Amino acid sequence: MSRFSLKGWNGKLLRVDLTAGTCTDEVLNEQWAKEYLGGRGLGTKYFTEEVAADVDPFSADNKLILAAGPLTGTYGAANGRYMVITKSPLTGTIASSNSGGYFPCELRYAGYDMIIFEGKAEHPSYLQIHDDKVQLVGAVHLWGKSTKETEDAILAEFHGDAKVACIGPAGENLVSFAAIINDKHRAAGRTGIGAVMGSKNLKAIAVRGTGGVKIADPAAYREAALDSYGLLKENPVSGQGLPALGTPVLVNVINQLGALPTRNFQKDTFDEAEAISGETLASTYLKRNKGCMGCIIGCGRVTGLAGARFSGDGEGPEYETLFALGSACGVGDLAAITKANYICNEYGMDTITVGATIACAMELAEKGLISEKEIGMPLSFGDADAMVKLVEMAGKREGFGEKLAMGSYRLAENYGVPELSMSVKKLEFPAYDGRGIQGIGLNYATSNRGACHVRGYMISPEVLGLPEKLDPQATEDKAVWTKIFQDFTATVDSSGVCLFTTFAIGAPQFANFLTAATGTEFTEATIMEIGERIYNMERVFNLKAGVEASQDTLPKRLLEEPISDGPLKGEVAKLGEMLPEYYQERGWSAEGIPTNERLQTLGLA
Amino acid sequence: MQKLIRIEPSKCIGCKTCEMACSFKHTGEFAPSRSRIFNEVFLDEAKFITVTCMQCDDPWCVKACPKAAISKEMPSGVVIVDKDRCVGCRTCVSACPFGMIKYVPSLGIVDKCDLCGGDTPECVAFCPTQCLTLEEEDTPLRQKVLRFVDAMKEGQMEVRK
Repeated sequence: MSRFSLKGWNGKLLRVDLTAGTCTDEVLNEQWAKEYLGGRGLGTKYFTEEVAADVDPFSADNKLILAAGPLTGTYGAANGRYMVITKSPLTGTIASSNSGGYFPCELRYAGYDMIIFEGKAEHPSYLQIHDDKVQLVGAVHLWGKSTKETEDAILAEFHGDAKVACIGPAGENLVSFAAIINDKHRAAGRTGIGAVMGSKNLKAIAVRGTGGVKIADPAAYREAALDSYGLLKENPVSGQGLPALGTPVLVNVINQLGALPTRNFQKDTFDEAEAISGETLASTYLKRNKGCMGCIIGCGRVTGLAGARFSGDGEGPEYETLFALGSACGVGDLAAITKANYICNEYGMDTITVGATIACAMELAEKGLISEKEIGMPLSFGDADAMVKLVEMAGKREGFGEKLAMGSYRLAENYGVPELSMSVKKLEFPAYDGRGIQGIGLNYATSNRGACHVRGYMISPEVLGLPEKLDPQATEDKAVWTKIFQDFTATVDSSGVCLFTTFAIGAPQFANFLTAATGTEFTEATIMEIGERIYNMERVFNLKAGVEASQDTLPKRLLEEPISDGPLKGEVAKLGEMLPEYYQERGWSAEGIPTNERLQTLGLA
Repeated sequence: MQKLIRIEPSKCIGCKTCEMACSFKHTGEFAPSRSRIFNEVFLDEAKFITVTCMQCDDPWCVKACPKAAISKEMPSGVVIVDKDRCVGCRTCVSACPFGMIKYVPSLGIVDKCDLCGGDTPECVAFCPTQCLTLEEEDTPLRQKVLRFVDAMKEGQMEVRK
């Protein structure tokens, strides 16, 4: 075995063959670590080297990779993140979902940077890691349990200080948007990675780690952290907005802008926005603010429904959830949204896709394309109780939940109207209308996992004015900005740091962190190049997987139907004005295919 | 008066940065299991509790040590382990009712909070919410008294005839 000489990384991955029931340590590929860091980048590198692009997501040949970054488990910004990489059953693209909490750090303290799951277990199983003692154990007794129950049972039978990532019934039932939940309430939410885990009969990963993460230059690392802390504290978003109100701070902001998608994108302002705002949440169900491990921002909202017409407690809702289960469904009942959010966490489901799929079903019902009998209940926009019920039915795949479990695209396609699915590449939009904010529209159209805001968060410049304010309605320069945001985000996702830090810190700070941590030099230029390399690697995989460049588009509603209300009334997404320039910026052909020349420059060909 | 790490649990966000900072300073690694301060997260109750050595006036560990390796330094008041005298017998570990002194196998001796030897303790320096402060005065206590008094004052206004 070759040696791994750098610090920062542990230099070790765990390969778990679920078919054979074996667990093997491997030295991390040092060259790849330098070129792809960790997390999303390194995980995708291993994945694309080992798995054929045309693999059936639910076959034993698909792999599931959990990958931390070289900064995961350290302080400095918000360094408690990891990524899950696989092929998505929802989109057919590369899937990589991010989550934070304690679990990612514990994995690193146990001595691992990454776990690769391959094959399929014969019976429900889960993985126990206690430092270098690793074993697969039976999970028949956990199958069917909620994520909360699963974690409690594992803490009781394995180790009280263990950290757990697991699936709930939705992952077991192969719901195409099932999530992996860690630390009870944090979700690696999107693209159905939980269903891939379920298809492998893998219920959970439990880790207890008592070791440490080694840093090449501790003094320089400490300085970099203090510098970053100052910037994060001074920043209006990371230092004030997010700590004060969490992501729900955006409900009123985006609604006032006129870009809060409502009633399946038929409207862009929501009359009841105030009732589901961060301000209202803070004065009703909020119990306290919470951070992931090593986080200085603390955007998490611990909530409880004591005294409300629903019961339960947990974390959330986040802004995207308030849109998907709220405005998208025309639901202004904060207790119902919060309850549905808890159900999503306990069943292990993506709140965005389940909410957007229910919103799509509501429009199908409104248009008379689907009968009350088929749904099993009357359904219309604004029906909070039906929304809550359908969320649970989706998790169980019960009744009409069977259809919801396919996601909005297949649901709408089933009724002959795929254009009513508000999605790109079968992944549902998050909470910003691309007609009102042009750059985010371009990002949705070109994101490597479909309509995703956290692949290139153009809201930052276009709405929040960070690092500088752009006109949301303009199309000029949006191609350049989108590319920069997408590439930089790929690096951030590969380092183990939360994307929310990037409101305040940029490539220079990441270069400092990574250089001090690893002992190998990173510059602003290499930070951006790594991101671009990762982005192109994902793109090449998607093309091989049959997700063609022609899918770099938006639903007809966004391209042709102007916004019907509010301050941005009359606007459409001007994708055609931006896409050719975007391809050019990327060094891709006019048809959106990465050129050999560009791939060679990036070391991908 | 003695300077101590004052802890205001209501400000804690459960981020464990204190554990990271402590272990990084004293071991050179990010290893919360080696931290001298403990940030415990109770997810279901939504409570985050931080504890560390409170540098007792009359410490159990000092009294228990058969080698006189632990002493309370004055005027700082910090309870310190003399690395050369400690033989790693762990008597102090049994004696401390709070579990704030522990045996470190890799060192062969015990380890506890020494308030970072006079500097601002690293946990305090890195605490993102000022849940931790180093102060002579117990400000969190004073704030609690003031909150209580405030409630009492409001209550009195209402019941006054």
